Amino acid sequence: MVNTNLKTVGQTKILVENLNLFYGQKQVLENINLSIPENQVTAIIGPSGCGKSSFIRALNRMNDLIPEARIEGKILIDEENIYDRDIDLVALRKKVGMVFQKPNPFPKSIFDNVAYGLKIGSNHNRADLEKIVEKSLRQAAIWEEVKDRLNQNALKLSGGQQQRLCIARALAVEPEIILFDEPCSAIDPIATARVEELIHQLKTEFTVVIVTHNMQQAARISDFTAFLWLGELIEYDRTEKIFTNPANKLTEDYVTGRFG
Amino acid sequence: MKNSVRKSSKNLRGQLTQFLGFLVLRLSVCFILFILLYFFYDIFINGHQTISWEFLSQPPRKGMTEGGIFPAIFGTFLVTLITTAIAVPLGMAAAIYLNEYARTDRLTRLIRLSIRNLAGVPSVVYGLFGVILFVNLLKLGTSVLSAGLTLALLTLPWTITASEEALKTVPDSYREGALALGATKWQMIRTNVLPYSLPGMLTGAILGLARAAGETAPIMFTGAAFYLPFLPASLRDQFMALPYHLYIMATQHHAIDKARPLAYGTALVLVVFVILFNLTAVILRSRLRGKWKN
Ligand SMILES: Nc1ncnc2c1ncn2[C@@H]1O[C@H](COP(=O)(O)OP(=O)(O)OP(=O)(O)O)[C@@H](O)[C@H]1O
Ligand SMILES: [Mg+2]
Repeated sequence: MVNTNLKTVGQTKILVENLNLFYGQKQVLENINLSIPENQVTAIIGPSGCGKSSFIRALNRMNDLIPEARIEGKILIDEENIYDRDIDLVALRKKVGMVFQKPNPFPKSIFDNVAYGLKIGSNHNRADLEKIVEKSLRQAAIWEEVKDRLNQNALKLSGGQQQRLCIARALAVEPEIILFDEPCSAIDPIATARVEELIHQLKTEFTVVIVTHNMQQAARISDFTAFLWLGELIEYDRTEKIFTNPANKLTEDYVTGRFG
Repeated sequence: MKNSVRKSSKNLRGQLTQFLGFLVLRLSVCFILFILLYFFYDIFINGHQTISWEFLSQPPRKGMTEGGIFPAIFGTFLVTLITTAIAVPLGMAAAIYLNEYARTDRLTRLIRLSIRNLAGVPSVVYGLFGVILFVNLLKLGTSVLSAGLTLALLTLPWTITASEEALKTVPDSYREGALALGATKWQMIRTNVLPYSLPGMLTGAILGLARAAGETAPIMFTGAAFYLPFLPASLRDQFMALPYHLYIMATQHHAIDKARPLAYGTALVLVVFVILFNLTAVILRSRLRGKWKN
């Protein structure tokens, strides 16, 4: 039932096969199968605690940081299983960038925040750095607001600016996939609108996966939507289909706000 | 119904308990301050006449009834330096390992517990341990090196604990953020954890060292000498130290009357030494913190 009609969309970027995730004894993801297409925005929705964050963190192996987390199954990105033994985590995380729910700028200058991933990666000269920093800040639609104060501490920015800065920071290392875990839950509606517009533009270059609690947001910005419920993938389809004519009763109840 | 929010007899009891509670707290603070101030006052009044350039720059003379305490100042300085060189890097490294690398299992919990307990071991026990390990087993002899190593052991639990606390104040989001951008674990620690925990680490270290500088028991068996006519020429020599000198002048001297002012002078120098240490810690912390926040 799941992921049948997606083949027509284009290349599969991420293919999840029989994914199970446990924290200690507790299973939080059950046998998830889905394929996420390249250069599209895929939204993950579902009630609180259903495993959205756990799922998205599995895609760049941030769950490795949680000692009691255990994974079964496969996640293939460009046909490589990222849970194979010979996977280089540094390379994986450069390829699969992440923006967190709460903006987490480092207490460094705006410039150094955006340049962070470049500086640790390899030797760039100053001119290259400046070029990439500007490009990333422009892409994240925050360049105009900060171009005169790149040396200012990033903690002084407003919440919405901080979140766009974090997006710029993720873009600077030129990932292929960007994961957003509720990127707008800590910022105001105007900032949210800007971030949404930004995400919409990003898909020309990147593959985007976004977790959101906000149904309208998912409907507005995503091409595909996956509905998770109690750790199971209930339905995965084109966003219009999910929101207008879902196959499953649970999905319908959820997207129409009957529970959640 | 409209409830009045004016003070009234209805909530009098609450107000009274609150007043009494604050009173007790305030009195406790005053009491502690009083003791502290009286302590400084006593040492200062009895010691400041002794302080002179000669007292600070000359060795003791005439069976330590005249002259100064320069060898003791120098010795304390030297032994503290050795302690610093060993305890600070080692303490930081251990804390980084425990907080950033070690898994939280039973073993690390046991290690942490041991470290906390070591902080409570009486210093004289460290002294005896130093004799066994450094003086005899490692054949370093009674020397400023053995004493420095012993003091380093004494301060290690404090430096480790303080450094760990400092590391814990760095939000995990800095760590996750760095890793998500493709940093290796060590890069993340070096660029995104250490810079922000360094102020706390250094403060903890300095406070530990200040304590070590004033210790007598750990050094009196391991390297501090009663009286030496010369300064230590190498790390294998014995040395004089302020706290030990003070102990001798105050309790072991045959001519009490002549030694008393010298003892007070020594006490004053030692207290000032420790205060300077703590002051450095405070200044360093605010400086470094200011740099990070702005
Ligand atoms: N480190 C952990 N250890 C144990 N259980 C965890 C851990 N992290 C999450 N869980 C549990 O796993 C389940 C899924 O959590 P997850 O954070 O993935 O949910 P979510 O869908 O992102 O929820 P929300 O919408 O509130 O962010 C929850 O029941 C949660 O309590
Ligand atoms: Mg979540």
